[in-house]
Amino acid sequence: MATKKNSELLDFAALVNDQEKDFKMVQILNEKGEIVDKDHVPDLTDDQLIELMSKMVWARVLDQRSTALNRQGRLGFYAPTAGHEASQMASVYAMDKADFVLPRYRDVPELIQQGLPLYKAFLWSRGHVEGNNYPEDLHALPPQIIIGAQYVQAAGVALGLKKKKAENVVFAYTGDGGTSQGDFYEGMNFAGHFKAPALFIIENNEFAISVPRSAQSAAKTLAQKAVAAGIPGVQVDGMDPLAVYEVMREARNWAIAGNGPVLIETMTYRYGPHTLSGDDPKRYRSAELDELWHQRDPLNRFRTYLEGKGLWTQEKEDALIEQYKAEIKEAINQADKVEKQTVTSFLKNTYEVQPQNIVSQIETYSKKESN
Amino acid sequence: MAKKTMIQAITAALGQAIEQDDKVLIFGEDVGKNGGVFRATEGLQEKYGEDKVFDTPLAESGIGGLSIGLALEGFRPVPEIQFFGFIFETMDSIGGQMSRMRYKMDGTRQMPITIRAPFGGGVHTPEMHSDNFEGLIAQFPGMRVVIPSNPYDAKGLLLASIHSNDPVMFLEHMKLYRSFREEVPDEAYEVPLDKAGISREGKDITIVTYGAMVRESLKAADNLAKENIDAEIIDLRTIAPLDMATILASVKKTGRVVVVQEAQKMGGVGNTVVSEISQEAILSLEAPIGFVAAPDTPFPFGEAEGIWLPNANDVEAKVKEIMSY
Repeated sequence: MATKKNSELLDFAALVNDQEKDFKMVQILNEKGEIVDKDHVPDLTDDQLIELMSKMVWARVLDQRSTALNRQGRLGFYAPTAGHEASQMASVYAMDKADFVLPRYRDVPELIQQGLPLYKAFLWSRGHVEGNNYPEDLHALPPQIIIGAQYVQAAGVALGLKKKKAENVVFAYTGDGGTSQGDFYEGMNFAGHFKAPALFIIENNEFAISVPRSAQSAAKTLAQKAVAAGIPGVQVDGMDPLAVYEVMREARNWAIAGNGPVLIETMTYRYGPHTLSGDDPKRYRSAELDELWHQRDPLNRFRTYLEGKGLWTQEKEDALIEQYKAEIKEAINQADKVEKQTVTSFLKNTYEVQPQNIVSQIETYSKKESN
Repeated sequence: MAKKTMIQAITAALGQAIEQDDKVLIFGEDVGKNGGVFRATEGLQEKYGEDKVFDTPLAESGIGGLSIGLALEGFRPVPEIQFFGFIFETMDSIGGQMSRMRYKMDGTRQMPITIRAPFGGGVHTPEMHSDNFEGLIAQFPGMRVVIPSNPYDAKGLLLASIHSNDPVMFLEHMKLYRSFREEVPDEAYEVPLDKAGISREGKDITIVTYGAMVRESLKAADNLAKENIDAEIIDLRTIAPLDMATILASVKKTGRVVVVQEAQKMGGVGNTVVSEISQEAILSLEAPIGFVAAPDTPFPFGEAEGIWLPNANDVEAKVKEIMSY
């Protein structure tokens, strides 16, 4: 005779509740510009603090100028970055120039910081191959368009770095939407298995074009997705440059020491549209939400902090803005001077050793293009 | 020199590739201790170590991405996709990423990757193991698709593929793995990429084919010879991009042509061959171009392969039809 069970074997609610409890957002500098975790303020000199703030101002100016240039028809595809300055500039500031960056289309500022000449970034936007002609010592691929593909590639670069015993990491960016892709998991899982030095950064800006973060996953945080791959996951205030910097610096050390990858979720917001190709955020975001995030602005809080330390003035910032505008103007003029593209050169670059069809098409196009 | 099966020739090539170049890495699902589900990597991990020959987690897109990343760091990856039918999982790595890297980056980067995968009918696999998807990969400029038809070519083409700085999809027909042996030199050698082979010289009709259909066409040609039909057989070896020069020279000589492929007729490599012949040599033809291919259904259930796969009888019948036109 069967005996009656006293209770169910499993408490599913308990299994799912509080999964996010180990992923509390790391913050060092709050939105008022006050240090809230004085024990973990990064060890940056005054000059470095000024340099980091300058880079954030640069990124904001670049965003404003890129938007204007796009509207004037002088730039092509553009994915706005305003709001992401701490997430982007502080993360790249913690990296080495010889570290490998795998950006997506919103991460052009980081790519420039790692050495992509500005005029080439503009050429990429316009759709000119010269924009992807990377010097050998630029450890990067052009911005990834296929969401998530950079994550599996990062695992490969990281394994390569490990095999070469290089003291470097690869760092790859995706957005909150990108975490729904299979490649997101495969990249983390491969790098985790191989204990390869990869830093996977999710810039969680709340919306994947129009779809809110809450509609991407039942997971309460994206950082906790690291658990499935057996690697550390961290959520950090992406509007706080000190927290982003410190998390990235420590993650880099952990990875280089041979411990494997880290997943970092930066909580940020894009003030503008997804791209300048017709997206209207009013269709899916409220003015209240916009306002909430503007109050967390990374530049405002860092400016307040630095002014409090006597390291920053409005005059200094204004002078920098003028300098950056001039550099951008020069770069766009340089982009204008680049020679037109030819199909002949595309054909020549498709294979190292040219097959018959390519040889015959080179002949056709070089005649056509010499006229 | 020893008689080797195709799979033995492939294993020999992989070992020699590692010995020639310490940047060569062999990896995939079950390629390590297990030596691959077909034993193509048998003994390689033991001999060359886990740094060079290693298992990956079970994820084809991960394997594709791993290959690209390793290539960016200067390695020469030779990943195995366990069965070609699993290729969809890593299609972006091939068509969206590695095939266009050199082009996209203005020739400043290269992807010296050779993806090996078994494919092909006649061995009664479950579904999605045998499908002839080579035509899909042939659509990607920047990729080469190489399909050997015999042990000698398999070794030489595989070494040439691994030495190539362009990415190669290297497809190994499962039916050919162990069905026959032939002399394969012990030393390393290359069979050139982008160059078709002539498996049988003839003057009456040209059969253009590749992979397992080369054997079927050779059988057909033996029978046809008894009826005084002298067929020339061209083995494409590299099915994309095509060696049209060799094909056109033969067609101009014989004036008749039959294209034979194991894949379904729709899309596919054979249609490109037909199209090119039509454009470049139509006035040399004395009859319409014959086409032998599988019917336009998905690859069949295991027990139905016999009625679905093209074979020597189909080739023989089609050649006779074209000869009597």
